[in-house]
Amino acid sequence: MADYHKPLPTPIPDTQPFWDAARRHELLVPFCLDCQRHFFYPRRLCPHCLGERIEWRKASGRGRVYSFTVQYRAAHPAFAADVPFVSAVVELDEGVRLATNLVDVEPDPAKLRCDMPVEVVFDDVTPEVTLPKFRPVAEVER
Amino acid sequence: MSLSREVAIVGVDESDRIGIVPDHTPIDMLAEAVRNALNDAGVAPSEVDGLFTAGAAPMASVLVGEYLGIQPRVTDSTMTGGSSFVIHIEHAAAAIHAGLCEVAVIAHGETGYSNRARGMRRAFDSWLPQGQFETPYGLMAPAPAYAMAAVRHMHQYGTSSEQLAEIAVATRKWAMLNPKAMMRDPLTIDDVLASRWISYPFHLLDCCLVTDAGGAAVVTSAARARSTRKKPVWVLGTGEAHTHQMISQMPDFTWTAARQSGERAFAMAGVGREEIDLCEIYDSFTYTVLVTLESLGFCGPGEGGAFVSGQRTAPGGELPVNTSGGGLSYTHPGMFGIFTIIEAVRQLRGECGQRQVPDARIALVNGTGGTLSATGTAILAVD
Repeated sequence: MADYHKPLPTPIPDTQPFWDAARRHELLVPFCLDCQRHFFYPRRLCPHCLGERIEWRKASGRGRVYSFTVQYRAAHPAFAADVPFVSAVVELDEGVRLATNLVDVEPDPAKLRCDMPVEVVFDDVTPEVTLPKFRPVAEVER
Repeated sequence: MSLSREVAIVGVDESDRIGIVPDHTPIDMLAEAVRNALNDAGVAPSEVDGLFTAGAAPMASVLVGEYLGIQPRVTDSTMTGGSSFVIHIEHAAAAIHAGLCEVAVIAHGETGYSNRARGMRRAFDSWLPQGQFETPYGLMAPAPAYAMAAVRHMHQYGTSSEQLAEIAVATRKWAMLNPKAMMRDPLTIDDVLASRWISYPFHLLDCCLVTDAGGAAVVTSAARARSTRKKPVWVLGTGEAHTHQMISQMPDFTWTAARQSGERAFAMAGVGREEIDLCEIYDSFTYTVLVTLESLGFCGPGEGGAFVSGQRTAPGGELPVNTSGGGLSYTHPGMFGIFTIIEAVRQLRGECGQRQVPDARIALVNGTGGTLSATGTAILAVD
């Protein structure tokens, strides 16, 4: 998309399946068959045991906000039109954390809190790249 | 094996000018600081055989060696962000203890302010972990990362914006006593809370300055330290550690690797927290000071907000912290670590005039680099 000027990820072989899945609107998380743990971000060896028997597992897409911030001053000019916007670290039910943006919510600290439940949504920012983002869900929906 | 009292810091200084210095490059400022620190020590440039620096360029120590005409026996470009120069103390102490070198220079120069005017911007690689998994979400600068850490601390422990502001106010009081500090107007907690938002929960005045400055320190053996110009400042203990690089990988947002580096430094030094007369703690943001004080064990987990309340860290307070005015009010060219060392040495020598901490004998310095990623701690003392 010619009008998207924000930084985009460049997949490498170890992360290509993650980004390919995101384009299909699926959230995949690597799982180590040696130590039976999920990890994130995707990499060649498991950071818990350095095992290399790794398989991709579909994540529930549910999690909680570990923490968040509302950015009022863009650190990069490409984000200048977006402020204020919410950056966050979400802890998935699978136990791994990832950085993201919170969407479908007012960028108002009073409307946000740590540990609030969220679910993944997929933002097709260009024809080639989809960014997993998260939106709040009601506690009862979980 | 202990490195305690094996080496001393015998010279420190800044570049000739600090603050806004648009006619200088980072290397210029570094070079001035090295010359000034060697003069402070009374040590000839030809004696320098260990060179420690970070960040000025790829192969930083190699470039700096060339620029200053130094061909060192020990070279170290260890780059852990703002903690680099405190970590260099440990590396220099180890090298000197092992007999690999005798006079080590730790040096830094950076022009964060003028880089902006020159249109220079930090590049990032979109295939690196951060480039793939953080930068696309607007996480490519320190403020939002540190802000998220502060938010988690506030959530878990009830830490307040007013308590964070206590740190900015106390630090400004020190800066008002330092003629070299950039920001010297009085500041109140309300002023901090009324300043514009940068990244919640940080207001502008929760954030460090961006300036131009150089700084350097000369470290040498106990034997050589006996004949330098000023009284030696002994390195009693050191520690270094890192836990992650990017913020989404930080194990717990409410403590830092200062737990590890601090524990080792205190153990090596053989002193207790209650014996520390002053701290110089990298204050990239107000929260950095709060979480570092907790991580170093000056108070318990979650107690930092209460600990810094009532201006405990201000002039006349129970625990003087950032007596130069810190990165928040004195200077902060981008990686502040070297300036924690310079101020601690000056305090221990009794050179600080109006801001002198009375009877200062033992000081702690702590650098933090990256996104609360890498820390170095050193405990320094005079006889």
